[in-house]
Amino acid sequence: MASLAAELGPVALRTPVLLASGTFGAGREGAQFVELSQLGGIIVKSMTASPWKGKPTPRMCETPSGMLNAIGIQNKGVDFFLAEDLPWLRRQDATVFASIAGNSVGEFVKVADKLRTGGRGIAAVELNISCPNLEDQSNMFAHSAESTAAVTSAAVRALPRIPVFAKLSPNVTSLVEIAGAALGAGAAGLSLINTVFGMAIDVEDRVPRLAGTIGGLSGPAIRPVAVRAVHEVHRAFPEAPIIGQGGIASASDALELILAGATAVAVGTANFINPRVALEITQGIEAYMERHGVASVGELVGAVKLAS
Amino acid sequence: MLIASGEVLTHKKYGEHFHSLTLVAPRIGEQVAPGQFVNVSCDGNRSFILRRPFSVYRVHKRGGWAATIEIVFDIRGPGTKHLAELRAHSTVKLLGPCGQGFKLPAARSHCLLIGGGIGAAPLFFLADELRNEGHRVDVIMGARSIHRLLNAIDVRRLASVSRITTEDGSMGQQGVVTDVIDDMVERCSSDIVYACGPHPMLAAVAQMCNERALPLQVAVEELMACGYGVCMTCVIPVLTGSSRSGSEERVYARVCTEGPVFDGATVCWFESEGRVTPEWAEPSSSGSPSRTGADAPQAELAPPGN
Ligand SMILES: Cc1cc2nc3c(=O)[nH]c(=O)nc-3n(C[C@H](O)[C@H](O)[C@H](O)COP(=O)(O)OP(=O)(O)OC[C@H]3O[C@@H](n4cnc5c(N)ncnc54)[C@H](O)[C@@H]3O)c2cc1C
Ligand SMILES: Cc1cc2nc3c(=O)[nH]c(=O)nc-3n(C[C@H](O)[C@H](O)[C@H](O)COP(=O)(O)O)c2cc1C
Ligand code: FES
Repeated sequence: MASLAAELGPVALRTPVLLASGTFGAGREGAQFVELSQLGGIIVKSMTASPWKGKPTPRMCETPSGMLNAIGIQNKGVDFFLAEDLPWLRRQDATVFASIAGNSVGEFVKVADKLRTGGRGIAAVELNISCPNLEDQSNMFAHSAESTAAVTSAAVRALPRIPVFAKLSPNVTSLVEIAGAALGAGAAGLSLINTVFGMAIDVEDRVPRLAGTIGGLSGPAIRPVAVRAVHEVHRAFPEAPIIGQGGIASASDALELILAGATAVAVGTANFINPRVALEITQGIEAYMERHGVASVGELVGAVKLAS
Repeated sequence: MLIASGEVLTHKKYGEHFHSLTLVAPRIGEQVAPGQFVNVSCDGNRSFILRRPFSVYRVHKRGGWAATIEIVFDIRGPGTKHLAELRAHSTVKLLGPCGQGFKLPAARSHCLLIGGGIGAAPLFFLADELRNEGHRVDVIMGARSIHRLLNAIDVRRLASVSRITTEDGSMGQQGVVTDVIDDMVERCSSDIVYACGPHPMLAAVAQMCNERALPLQVAVEELMACGYGVCMTCVIPVLTGSSRSGSEERVYARVCTEGPVFDGATVCWFESEGRVTPEWAEPSSSGSPSRTGADAPQAELAPPGN
């Protein structure tokens, strides 16, 4: 029997397949289609210190093999998560990754503090640092090594018992440098990648298709970018556990990211098309392992054969 | 809500522009209520990936036979083009029934149904159900021209009194639906209005109903990625709470989950056009409304993606 259990650094996962942040809410709506306990885990929608209203519509636009979104992290805040979502998730026996977002180091720490004191049962935290940092001329945290290190080390200090994963943005010149900054600041691992910034224009009306003008591209269109990012970072930091994400829609897509160096994968946009896709991907990985005589999924991590 | 596949039983056309697919979908057909929709996967081309939402236009629950649902659409882009190419025995993947349907009146009522163009689709299923329950149904149907009217023949059959308006005067009265609302409400002693169609039409109907204190239910449309409540792309600003108790606030509600049918009086029609930055927030868990304050950043401060 092939073993799907994955050791994501300090986090033990039943399977390597997670649900990506912002693409399955906190699991309630999708629970009618898939038992969360059968998955590796759920990374819940990013939460902020107080509720965020989100952006006006249109918030999405379909593009070739993908979509752009500009939601604005509409969420009910960390208090709601702790009071309503977490108890429910624990009853489902789900492995829960809490995702934090904010506009300053202080806002990240505020959420982290609440998760430390009220977040019993959280397996890990993911930092959504593709957020504008107001203390740095509105640059994204994830776009600078210093900001990435600052927010990561503050969150790690606030969460001594919960492993922290930094979710990096591909929209940078040197991903490896920023990955190094996050790991140096104490991140237990990395999530790669968040959405790729993009824009679409309605040529008839000559207006942007998103109310937010610029949005995040996701879906199969970005998978090669994700595979490259995971490959580069894994080569630079072979010991760092990586959650690979970006454009996964099938088992072979997930295996691409695992072979590039991801220990676990997260499925995002594909959930919108098929709420059961993460489970089907898990089954597909198991079938692949049996076909290739692989005993443990860990053997596949970074196992791409490179012409040296 | 179910994940199911639907076999195309028939593909036909209503007039020049509108395609209709009747799909064998027993379990969805048994569960679906008027105003709910199905999210249809337009496979076959990996370059566009998302499902497309369509109102259920009609349901045929045949005794002993598998129930079918019918959707109608006009060709707008690649998804509807693909669906228009399907023939009998093709299958499509369905997710449904999705969303909240129309609320039917508790007591016997005179119901005025107002539809615009292809957006009128869910009114036919609604009219069938209302009549089955013993309510009176009157209909106003409007469109740009005769070619954009959905099944005008059936409208006559369904309604006690029906009125058709076209902007170019090619059928019925020249003008728009709101031109004839007062006349119809008086003539039919309407108690409640149901409307669906393009956003500007709904906004105008809502304003009239508001001024005349007529209860209104509307089915709205918004761009949707998932159709089952997880992505937050499909929102529309609505008022919740009560203005009397001072707890009223504007929140972004999901059209796919809290809608597509809303109480017309609660929808913020003009702010929802989207290009203005609204100043409202989600309700906080503690119940204390969190307006744009020191800690609620402006929409521009949120990340471009997510
Ligand atoms: C609840 C609901 C019920 C609907 N019922 C019907 C119906 O009965 N008949 C009908 O003809 N149309 C209906 N629509 C609109 C229908 O979904 C769009 O016409 C269709 O998605 C267009 O797809 P496309 O690929 O042909 O066009 P494109 O414009 O190329 O589509 C690109 C993307 O935009 C989305 N999109 C485009 N227009 C709309 C729209 N008006 N609403 C939501 N998403 C849109 C598509 O789903 C797709 O993701 C409904 C929409 C909603 C939200
Ligand atoms: C509609 C939508 C909302 C998202 N919301 C979040 C979010 O709140 N926090 C976050 O870290 N990532 C968010 N993401 C990014 C995804 O988690 C994922 O990293 C990205 O979409 C790439 O994976 P995919 O191509 O499989 O979707 C969102 C993506 C989409 C499409
Ligand atoms: S379409 Fe995804 S939440 Fe409504």
